[in-house]
Amino acid sequence: MKSLSRILAVLRKEVRQLRRDRLTFGMVVGLPVMQMLLFGYAINTDVRNLEAAVADQADTHLSRQFVAELAQTQVIDIVDRVATPEQLEALLRQGDISIGVYIPRDFDRRVVDGTRAAAHLLVDGSDPTILGVANQLRLMPFGFDAGNAARSAPQALEVRPYYNPERRTPVNIVPGLMGVILTMTMILFTAVAIVRERERGNLELLINTPVSSLELMIGKVVPYILIGMVQLALILAVGRLLFDVPVRGSVVDLYLAAMAFIAANLSLGLFISTAARTQFQATQITVFILLPSILLSGFMFPFEGMPEVAQWLGEVLPNTHFIRLTRGIMLRDAALGDLLGEMAYLLGFTVVAMTGAALRFTKRLD
Amino acid sequence: MSREFAIEARGLTKRFGDLVAVSQLDLDVPRGTIYGFLGPNGSGKSTTIRMLCGLLMPSEGKALVLDTEVPGDARRLKPRIGYMTQKFSLFGDMTVFENLQFIAEIYSYPRRERAGRIEELLERYDLRDQRRQLAGTMSGGQKQRLALACAVLHRPELLLLDEPTSAVDPQSRRDFWSALFRLAEAGTTILVSTHYMDEAERCHRLAILDHGVKVADGTPTELQAGTGMHVVEVTSSNPYQAQQVIADLPAVASVTQLGVRLRVLIPDSEDNPVALVEEAMRAANLDTHAELSTASLEDVFVAVTLKPQSKAA
Repeated sequence: MKSLSRILAVLRKEVRQLRRDRLTFGMVVGLPVMQMLLFGYAINTDVRNLEAAVADQADTHLSRQFVAELAQTQVIDIVDRVATPEQLEALLRQGDISIGVYIPRDFDRRVVDGTRAAAHLLVDGSDPTILGVANQLRLMPFGFDAGNAARSAPQALEVRPYYNPERRTPVNIVPGLMGVILTMTMILFTAVAIVRERERGNLELLINTPVSSLELMIGKVVPYILIGMVQLALILAVGRLLFDVPVRGSVVDLYLAAMAFIAANLSLGLFISTAARTQFQATQITVFILLPSILLSGFMFPFEGMPEVAQWLGEVLPNTHFIRLTRGIMLRDAALGDLLGEMAYLLGFTVVAMTGAALRFTKRLD
Repeated sequence: MSREFAIEARGLTKRFGDLVAVSQLDLDVPRGTIYGFLGPNGSGKSTTIRMLCGLLMPSEGKALVLDTEVPGDARRLKPRIGYMTQKFSLFGDMTVFENLQFIAEIYSYPRRERAGRIEELLERYDLRDQRRQLAGTMSGGQKQRLALACAVLHRPELLLLDEPTSAVDPQSRRDFWSALFRLAEAGTTILVSTHYMDEAERCHRLAILDHGVKVADGTPTELQAGTGMHVVEVTSSNPYQAQQVIADLPAVASVTQLGVRLRVLIPDSEDNPVALVEEAMRAANLDTHAELSTASLEDVFVAVTLKPQSKAA
């Protein structure tokens, strides 16, 4: 009973201080929205309208039809027509175009012949995304006129993107972004919240009162769980309204997964707070965890494509498991029961980090 | 079980790596008294106070605080002691009232009496006008009064004050001490550390710490009587030269300049200290007036912190 009232006292104090700290309060709301807008609009691996130039030296009926079909894909946007491949190279070098289409004089014969490439794509290979797009273009079915139908090479493979048929990037980004934003705010807020009290000397006062370490930790952490929930709701709302990101699975499952993830991050934040002496150190350690959480969690790059060592590191990070959960629940309509392994990891992580923090956080100064 | 002493410490020692911050400290603090810790910065005052309230684990020794073993039972002790940190440690981004309220909640002060107790403290420590002011924006004296109000809110039996007056003006210091006397009269035991001599003089008893060692303890009067030194006060128109001459005398333990006066400490074994000083001054062709004086607390401090050095020499 006394214990509960002490926890409530710490909790009330924390909320009161949070309300007065406009910067943090702004971060709670502003950060998720800003990041959603930035990532949602700026990151786009779904490339369209790459600037291209054509050097059509054949200039036949067939070559003109070929160029027209390329343009129809909307992948390239033909902005210039030149006479020679050298001119294409110059434009590439200057960065005026990303793709040059060179059609040699004997284009028709090459098409009929079929042993040599009929046309060349000169690609700015310095950007892997553009290179990838060019590779897709190579597979473009080139359906000729009825008379030439026999020569339209049938495609070996056809790609059917499940769960994201329109291949829109935000659909893929938003579930991962939830994890990144929560990682950042949850770890940072808790780590800083305790280190700040140590820096200001408040902790020396607090540990001389009857409040226990556990009561203090619970009282400090609970407000941030609520903040995490608010942020999650904000991200889902922005994702829905601006980017039309679906939640195909159950929202309850999603919130349960988020609870486990928030708990994992808060425990990690608490653990950091027992190691860091200053707010600056706490911030540094948070960034140290945040970067791999963005790069190695499968948020930016496909997890399976990473080197094995990077995958091991990725497996340790809570965000990796949360992203699997969110993508599963939001996009694949998976139930929490299908993803128990990921949930178990998050809960296990929480227990370990929390125990570590409680062991390290003593009510003494030495 | 001691009804007599609020604090009994035996052989209290604290090492930080190679540094011995407090060494073999014995301490008996009678109940209901104001007990002073006098010593320069780094003499182990804060470390001792922190060990006594369980904030630091002693490397050796133990203490009985309010009949409770420290550090073993520190948790049970917390509700019975009040602690005022050297640095202001309340919440700067909360108002005076909110700070008091938080402390009341943390100490589980009876809900029905809470509001009344807070009003009483605001009144007693002259903080009524600051009630809605953020604690961080107050003056040094106001912060200190708030800190004291928070430390005594739960009516502790023992109050530990770590250099409470180091950041306030003389008027605030006087007010603060009259507040301490009121608390002591009401039965609270107070342990206060300071490096101000005038404050030490107000304590019922005090211990002088030097480099982690207790070099003397007793009532101020006992300490002043028991220095084992004659105090000769010397006036001269050329105090700087006079100081050099007197300091060269083998019998002299120390010379301290106070304006135009010199306080000269000479061991009791010397029969006629005044003559000794006057002779030396005459020999150096310096005008002089020397007379015996009673030891001030400052003289006591100089005398007791000298001892290890004279032994070494």
